[in-house]
Amino acid sequence: MKLFNETKSKIIGLFLKENLKFTLISIFIGFLIGSITLAVAGFNPFRAYAIMFSGVFGRLNYIAWVIIRSTPLILTGLSIAFAFKTGLFNIGAEGQFIIGALVAALAGYFIQLPAILHIPVVILLAASAAALWGGIAGYLKAKFGVHEVIATIMLNWIALYLTNFVVTLEAVQRPARPVSHNIQPTASLMFFQQWKVTEEGRAWLLDNFLAREILRTPFNAGILFAVILAVVVWYILKHTTLGYELKAVGLNKHAAEYAGINVQKNIVRAMLISGALAGMAGAFHVLGNTQRVAILAAMEGFGFNGIAVALIGGSTAIGVVFSALLFGALQYGGTKIQLALGAPTEVINIMIGTIVFFIAIPRLIKILLAKFSKKRGEDNA
Amino acid sequence: MLESLAFIIGTTLMYSTPLIFTALGGVISENSGVINIGLEGMMTMGAFVGATVAYFTGNPWLAFLAAGLAAALLALLHAVASVTYSANQVVSGIAINFLGPGIALFLSRMFFDGATMTKPIPLGGTMPRPFHNLFIWLSENLSGTAGRMFESNSVIDLIFDQDATVFIALISVFAVWFVLYKTKIGLRIRAVGEHPKSADTLGINVTKIRYFCVMASGMFAGFGGAALSIAIVANFRQTLVSGHGFIALAAMIFGKWKPQGAMWACMLFGAANALVVFFGRAASPIQISQQLLSMLPYILTLIVLTGIVGRANAPKALGVPYEKDSN
Repeated sequence: MKLFNETKSKIIGLFLKENLKFTLISIFIGFLIGSITLAVAGFNPFRAYAIMFSGVFGRLNYIAWVIIRSTPLILTGLSIAFAFKTGLFNIGAEGQFIIGALVAALAGYFIQLPAILHIPVVILLAASAAALWGGIAGYLKAKFGVHEVIATIMLNWIALYLTNFVVTLEAVQRPARPVSHNIQPTASLMFFQQWKVTEEGRAWLLDNFLAREILRTPFNAGILFAVILAVVVWYILKHTTLGYELKAVGLNKHAAEYAGINVQKNIVRAMLISGALAGMAGAFHVLGNTQRVAILAAMEGFGFNGIAVALIGGSTAIGVVFSALLFGALQYGGTKIQLALGAPTEVINIMIGTIVFFIAIPRLIKILLAKFSKKRGEDNA
Repeated sequence: MLESLAFIIGTTLMYSTPLIFTALGGVISENSGVINIGLEGMMTMGAFVGATVAYFTGNPWLAFLAAGLAAALLALLHAVASVTYSANQVVSGIAINFLGPGIALFLSRMFFDGATMTKPIPLGGTMPRPFHNLFIWLSENLSGTAGRMFESNSVIDLIFDQDATVFIALISVFAVWFVLYKTKIGLRIRAVGEHPKSADTLGINVTKIRYFCVMASGMFAGFGGAALSIAIVANFRQTLVSGHGFIALAAMIFGKWKPQGAMWACMLFGAANALVVFFGRAASPIQISQQLLSMLPYILTLIVLTGIVGRANAPKALGVPYEKDSN
C-alpha cells in the first residue's frame, strides 16, 4: 500500500512537472514567434525585448503598474479555472466582471459608511450580484440543458447594455461625461489616496523616492485580496468536500452521479463561485484603480484575457497567479515597444495566441522534443 | 407605417449579413465535428484584409475573396491543431481569437503608419449595391405609380437596395444547406461529425473532410468580417468586430447547427439592431431606451433556449479528436 501511494504521488509529481514543462516550452515558443514576427516586420527583436524588460522592471512604478494590471486578471483567471474544474467553460467572466464593476461603482457611490464597513459591504454586494449573474448560466444549464457557452455569451452582452443603461441614468452619470460618479473615498482600496495629494503627503513623498515611485500609480490593496482568494480557491479545490464534488463532476459527470453526487446542484454552485470571483475582479478594479465605471463601446476583455490566463496557468490557482503576472507584464511592456520603437504592441497578442495555441497541442511539443533528443543522440553517436 | 416596416426589414438584412456568413462557417465546421470558437478571430482577420485590399486596389470583389482566403489560412492553424494533433479544440479556438486580432492590428499598424484603423476605402471600392442603379433608372423612366414604387425610400427601395453581400449571404445559406443535406459530400461531412469511426470504416477520409470544413469555416468567417468592413462601413478598426463572431457562434447553436436555423437566429440579432436604429432616429414615434432595446435579442435567446431544450442537437462527435489507431 505504501509503495502504491509512493508511486502514485511520484506519477502525479511527474505529471505536474510534465505539464509545467509543456507550459514553459509553449511560453518559449511564444517569445520565439514574437521575435520572428518583429524581425520580419523590420524591428530588432532583441532590442524590443530589452525595452520590454526594462519597461517592466526598470522602475518601481513600472512594477506597480504591472501588478495593478494583473490584479483583475488573477481573479478572472481564477474564475475561469474554477469553472474548468467542474467541466464548465465560463466565457461569461467578462459579463460577470462588468456586473461586479457596476455594482461596486454604485454601492461605492451611494452607500455612506465608514471605510471599515464600506469596503466589505461593497465587495460583498458586487460578488453576490456577479455570482447570481454566473448562477443564471449555471441554472439554465442544470435545469434546461442550455449550453453555458451560449448562455454566458448572451449574458455578457446583457451586462454590457445594462451598464450603459445604468450609467446614463441621471442619478448615476457624472454631468456631461460618459462615466459614473466616483466612489466615496471610504470605498477606495487605493493606498493613501487622500493623503498622497495633501501638502504634508507631498512633502513626505518628495523625500522618499521609493514610496513616491509606487504611490505615483493607483497602487492598491487589490493584489492582496487577489492572492488571498487564490489561496482560498486552492484550498476549496484541494481540501474540501465541495471541491471534491466539483472536480468529480468535471472529470466524469456520469460516474459522479452514480456515486451519489448531485450533478445539477454542483453545476450551479460552480457557476455561482466562478461568477463571484469574476465579479470581485470587477469590484477590485473599480475600488482600487478606476474609481468608477464608464459607458462601454465594446467589451474590455478582462474576462476573455482571463481565459488565456487560466489556460497558461494550467487551471491551477498558483499557476493562474503567475500567468496573470506574465500576462500583465507582457501587456504593459508591449505598450513600451510601441512608444520606443514604433513596433506594434499587438505582437503581444500574437505571442499570447501562440502560447495558448501550443498549450492546446502538447502532443506536437512531445513530438518536437522526441525529434530533438533523437537528433542529439545521433550527434553523440 | 409600411415604410417604417420596410426600413426595419432592410436594416435587419443589412446587420444580419456579417453574422450569417460567420454562423455558416460555424455550421460547416461543427457539422464535421470540430468546435470553432475561433470564429471571432477569423472574422477580425477577414475584416482587416478586406478593408486593406479594398483600400489599395479599389476592387471590392478582390477584397472580399482575399478576406475569405486570409481567414481560411488562419483557420488552417486551427485545423492542424485540432485535426492532426488532437488538440483541445476550445483552447485552440481561443488561441485563434488572440492570433487573429493580433495579426490584423499588427499589420494595420505596419500598413497605416501605426494606426489601428485602416484608411477609408475610396469611392467605388466598397461593396456595390446591385439594384441601386436599376431602381433609380426605373423611378426616372416609369411613369406614375409604377415609377414611384422604385423611388428612394420607397418600400421596395428600402428592402432590396442592399449591398451585394446581403444577397450573397442568403444564397450561401441555401448553398450550404444544399451541400450539407442534398449531396454526397454533405452526407460525408455529417457522417464524420456524427460517427467518425463508421465513416472511416466506409472509406471516408476523416482528416481530409475535417480540414476542408475547418478551412471553409474560416473562409465564411472571413467573408463575414469583410461584409462588415467593406459593406456596412468602409474601413477596419479595432472595435469593429468586437463580439460579432461570438454572437454568430451563439446564433449557430441557437439555430441547432443548421444553416437555415442559424440564418433565422442571425436575423433576430439583426432585427434588434435595426429596432435600435429605428427608435434611435429623431423621427421615431416612441422613445425607448436604446440600451434596453439592445438587450432584447439576448434575453429573448435565453428564454427561447430554455424552451426548446437543445441537448441532443449537437453533432455527436463534436469536439472529439479522431484517432485512427486508438479508437
